[in-house]
This record gives sequence, C-alpha cells and structure tokens, in this order.
Amino acid sequence: MFSASHHSRSCRAKSRHQARRQVSRLRSTRTVVVLLLTNLAAFTLTTPAAAQDMLPPAPYAYKQLADPKQEAKAQALMETLRCLKCQSQSIADSDAPMAGDMRHQVRTRIAQGEDPEAIRQWLIERYGDYVSYTPQVKPITWPLFAAPLLFLALAAFLLRGRFRRRKGA
Amino acid sequence: MSDPAPKKGPGLAVWLPLGLFAGFLALVVVGLYWPADREVSSAFIGKPLPAFDLPPASDDRPGLATAQFKEGGKPRLLNVFASWCFPCKVEAPQLAALAEQGVEIDGVAIRDRKEDVAGFLKQYGNPFKRIGKDDLSQVQLAIGSSGVPETFVIDGKGIIRYQHIGDIRQEDIPLILRKLAEAQ
Repeated sequence: MFSASHHSRSCRAKSRHQARRQVSRLRSTRTVVVLLLTNLAAFTLTTPAAAQDMLPPAPYAYKQLADPKQEAKAQALMETLRCLKCQSQSIADSDAPMAGDMRHQVRTRIAQGEDPEAIRQWLIERYGDYVSYTPQVKPITWPLFAAPLLFLALAAFLLRGRFRRRKGA
Repeated sequence: MSDPAPKKGPGLAVWLPLGLFAGFLALVVVGLYWPADREVSSAFIGKPLPAFDLPPASDDRPGLATAQFKEGGKPRLLNVFASWCFPCKVEAPQLAALAEQGVEIDGVAIRDRKEDVAGFLKQYGNPFKRIGKDDLSQVQLAIGSSGVPETFVIDGKGIIRYQHIGDIRQEDIPLILRKLAEAQ
C-alpha cells in the first residue's frame, strides 16, 4: 500500500490529467486503508477482553491420540464438524477454545471406542444438523441428493433432442 | 424445421442469462440486508438435563450436579457464564434483579480460574446458589449451548424448558419470568 504511493510520487512521465486521476485514486485508496486500519485497531482493542480465557487448552485439543488409526478416525470426524464459534470452520481448523474442547471430547470418546457416527449423532441431538458438515439423508434433505440426478436427467433429455435433430439433418 | 420455431426459441432464451443474473443479484441483496440468523439454538429443549457433577468454581458456593435439579423444587435458571466474557458483565445487574425477585440461579463457569471467578463475583455481584466449574466445556456441549452467556430455564424435574441466547437485558426480564412461570 505504502510502496504504491511512493511509486506514484516518484513517477514523473505523466500527463497532468493522468497525474490528477492518480492522486484521486490514491486518496481513495488511502481512505480505504485508513478505514481498514481503524477497524482493525478497534477490533484488536476490544476483542481480547471479550473472549479470552486463561485456561490452557484441553488435554486433547492439540494432542493427537497415540493410536494412529484412532487419530485418523478422530481427524476425519473433526473435519466434518462445525465450530460453533467460527461457524465457517470445522473444529479441526479452528483455534477457538470451544473447538479445542470439542476436539478433546471427540478424541477421548474415540479413544474409549465410541463410533464416530455416534459422536456426530450426539452433537446433532444437541445442536441440530447445523453442527455437521456432512448432510444426512432426511425428508428435508432429499432434494439435495435428488437434484443432481434430476439435473442429469434433464440434461440427458435436452441433449437427446439435440442429437436427434443433428442426426435428422 | 420451419422458420418461426427457431425465432421463438432464442427469443426467450436470450433473457435466460439476464434472468439468472437478476436472480443471483436478488439472492445477494437478500443475504446482505437480511442476513441469516447465526445463533445456534440448543436442540435439547424439552429434554432432561444430562448427567454431570461439576466441582465448585467458587469458595463460598457449592458445585453443581444434575441431581440437584431433580429434587422437585421450583424451576431454576442455569446460567452459563465466564469471568472473561464481556456480555456476562453486562448481564450481571439483570441476574441480580432476578435473584432479588426470588429466582434461584445456578451458574456454570466455562473455562475459568477460581481466582478470576472470585474477582468477577466480587465486582459484579453473586446471584448464584451454586456454581460449577466446567474447564472442558463438557456441560456446555452436553446441553447444546454454543457460547457465553446463555441462560436455561430448568423445571423442577430437571427438564430443560427454555434457552436464552446472549446476555439477559432489562427488557428480557419479563420473558424470563414468564418462562419460569410456564415451567412451574
């Protein structure tokens, strides 16, 4: 951002019109940058106080299970569970303390021999389908699974017409 | 193929991309101006409190266990909070007001240190009968709570009857009182 402004200042071989346009563009860029920086400052100043606990992460938040097979199962499950704090991340991706606690819960349960799908079901019972990134086949989700087939059928139907016409011609 | 047929076909089809674009634009506008509700409400309303037994989070209040909710008393509030949570501080006067009206409130302190809880209660008041210490968010996950603060209405049989997400504001007090009465 700053190197760009430096660059435009040192650049002399320009018509006055071009230079003016450059300045106005620069000014608007600067406004955006200032806005971004103030937002960022406000954000960093207010959030730590709002959501920072002092406890260390849960034992199995960042520690893998000793058994690689179990860890693989846990990892696969964690990648398909939604972090409820950072809702577009999976709990495997998120550093939110709550995601850490969820990972701890998933790993300890899998270490105890629980089935991954049972753990998913346990969470769905509490948070609804939203907590799972893997859609289940249910009355409300069947269009999700049927739509691709329907579109394929539609495409086949339309293309069939085309081919037929070409053949006839 | 006759002449009018191909003319008719493209005539309508020409508008299809624009139509799709307009539809997409409408979708963006709707998403922008009426964003979806991002609160995750508990799916555990109407179900009994899961079993837990938390150690005390404070030296002058006992810990919290499921059995205490099943003693058949009057409905209680279960407040999920933390000393590090800013809205919990904002909520404190409302909890104090509810406690003053005779509402029994139990707390679950999420990922909190005893000394921090003590400081929090000293500064913002202590409306709680019991406070459990939930260092791994286990109770929070078990009841489908996705943040702090949240407040649950638990009836005399230990059934979760209502969930309030976020801090209880002044204007929410009548609603909370009504939900407590309904859980009677």
